[in-house]
Amino acid sequence: MAEPRQQTSRGAGSARTPLRDQFHSWFSHHRRSARDSAQRLRNTPLSSLMTGLVMGIALALPTALFLIMGSIQQIGGGWEQAGRLSVYLTPETGMERAAELAGRWSGNAAVGDVTVISRDEAMETMRSNETLSGTLGFLEDNPLPHTLVLTPDRSYREAAALEDLAERLRQATGVDQVKLDLAWLQRLNAMADVLGRATQVLSLLLVAGVVLVISNTVRLAIESRRREIIVARLVGGTDSFVRRPFLYTGVWYGALGGVLAWWLVEVAFWWLSGPVGRLAELYNSGFKLQRPGPDEVVLLLGSALVLGWLGAWWAVHRHLRAVEPD
Amino acid sequence: MIEFRQVTKRYEQQFTALRGVSFALGRGDMAFLTGHSGAGKSTLLKLIMLMERATAGQVLVGGQALEKTPRRRIPYLRRHVGVVFQNHQLLFDRTVFDNVAMPLEVTGVAPSETGRRVRAALDKVGLLKKEQLNPISLSGGEQQRVGIARAVVNKPPLLLADEPTGNLDPTLSSEIMDLFQEFSRVGVCVLVATHDIGLIETMGQRTLELAQGELIHDGLPVALETGHG
Repeated sequence: MAEPRQQTSRGAGSARTPLRDQFHSWFSHHRRSARDSAQRLRNTPLSSLMTGLVMGIALALPTALFLIMGSIQQIGGGWEQAGRLSVYLTPETGMERAAELAGRWSGNAAVGDVTVISRDEAMETMRSNETLSGTLGFLEDNPLPHTLVLTPDRSYREAAALEDLAERLRQATGVDQVKLDLAWLQRLNAMADVLGRATQVLSLLLVAGVVLVISNTVRLAIESRRREIIVARLVGGTDSFVRRPFLYTGVWYGALGGVLAWWLVEVAFWWLSGPVGRLAELYNSGFKLQRPGPDEVVLLLGSALVLGWLGAWWAVHRHLRAVEPD
Repeated sequence: MIEFRQVTKRYEQQFTALRGVSFALGRGDMAFLTGHSGAGKSTLLKLIMLMERATAGQVLVGGQALEKTPRRRIPYLRRHVGVVFQNHQLLFDRTVFDNVAMPLEVTGVAPSETGRRVRAALDKVGLLKKEQLNPISLSGGEQQRVGIARAVVNKPPLLLADEPTGNLDPTLSSEIMDLFQEFSRVGVCVLVATHDIGLIETMGQRTLELAQGELIHDGLPVALETGHG
């Protein structure tokens, strides 16, 4: 009885162990390659840092541009919300007529919401503005008319529909002018489109640059470890075995470049935030540079790793085959 | 273990390194490969290691015909061939232990097993105490023995040596040869390329002699056969 049981356990053990060992050693070679590659970068800190910085700068630029784009689109969005019609009444028109018009228009399907701003309220708002308050002090009476602010219904937000609505409002008695500030929004959108496209082109070029830089760095690493590669090949190292440390080198450069890019963006935005804030204040806008959030950071680091790997892979693909024992 | 059938190797249509070479070596056989420089010794070894491919004829290693081996299979075949080089091909950026461990690392031997096997191989060549040294600090003979330990750490059925005693004095040379003989006694097929005629004669083993790419002698050393020894 004892003998068969013993055999069974030995059979199972020997069937399992080699596979587990294989996995173990595969895993341990990965770990060793990763550690060894990192160690090599640490051994030449200055040149590693230079390569990392080149990559960091090249990645920081498109990252910053994308973030700025995002911030601009947010003001664009704000304006669309505020894609409103300002109806200025004639100076003679009184508050009763304003209320009447407001009541009539709010029943219109095209109009979402109507707010009446009396001339006194308008004056108050202007007085609260530092630059204007001094000038306003010289005025004897309030020259401002009553104003109605119409927010169009969501379904009437297209430029043509708004123009149409503005035209109809103009015809009402007591209306002096109707201002529809669409051109501004359209220009902003067009500019954002141009900037967006430019960002894409620039990103593509810089990404290609990053891949080339890493590829060249890894090519030099391959050159300097020629003997080792040859010996590995002579003792039966497969292509993937020989490739592994270099791919890790690329990935580490990617990680370094990604972290540096992140840091550069943070520093640049911090440096810019003061002036940008003042500029936005002057335009009375809530515009703020958006710092990279967790999503953006993950995306940046992830792409940096992938680009590093890609550059290394390209170098390995092009140069490793040439390193054969002779 | 090794079989050559009418093997010809031509480089770029002009220079013929080997011409219709045929011979066979079995398990546990030991033979010397000799001839002047340029006679084709290195080419013959390179064909076995698949560093070169035959222009015509067949090379069989372990019963497998090499001409059909795709490139990606080459590493797996090399794992069954231990090679000792004249310039020993050691890496000076790592210890003796790590040098010897390379073939195991490549095969994916578990790290615990690696230590045991590396020490067994180093013990065999008498360098157990030097495992943590850098090979650059060793003498020429010791470096060559590290090379041998690396070649046999995998327990390959076939061991090739290219001028293993090229830079060594006669005493060290015969020590190295004794090592090879021991391996052949335990069933390893050993082929040693050398132009050291004196050494070949003392060993009295089968000798393959090449001249201008042709196998002109296969048997005991000429001197012994004709009674000069």
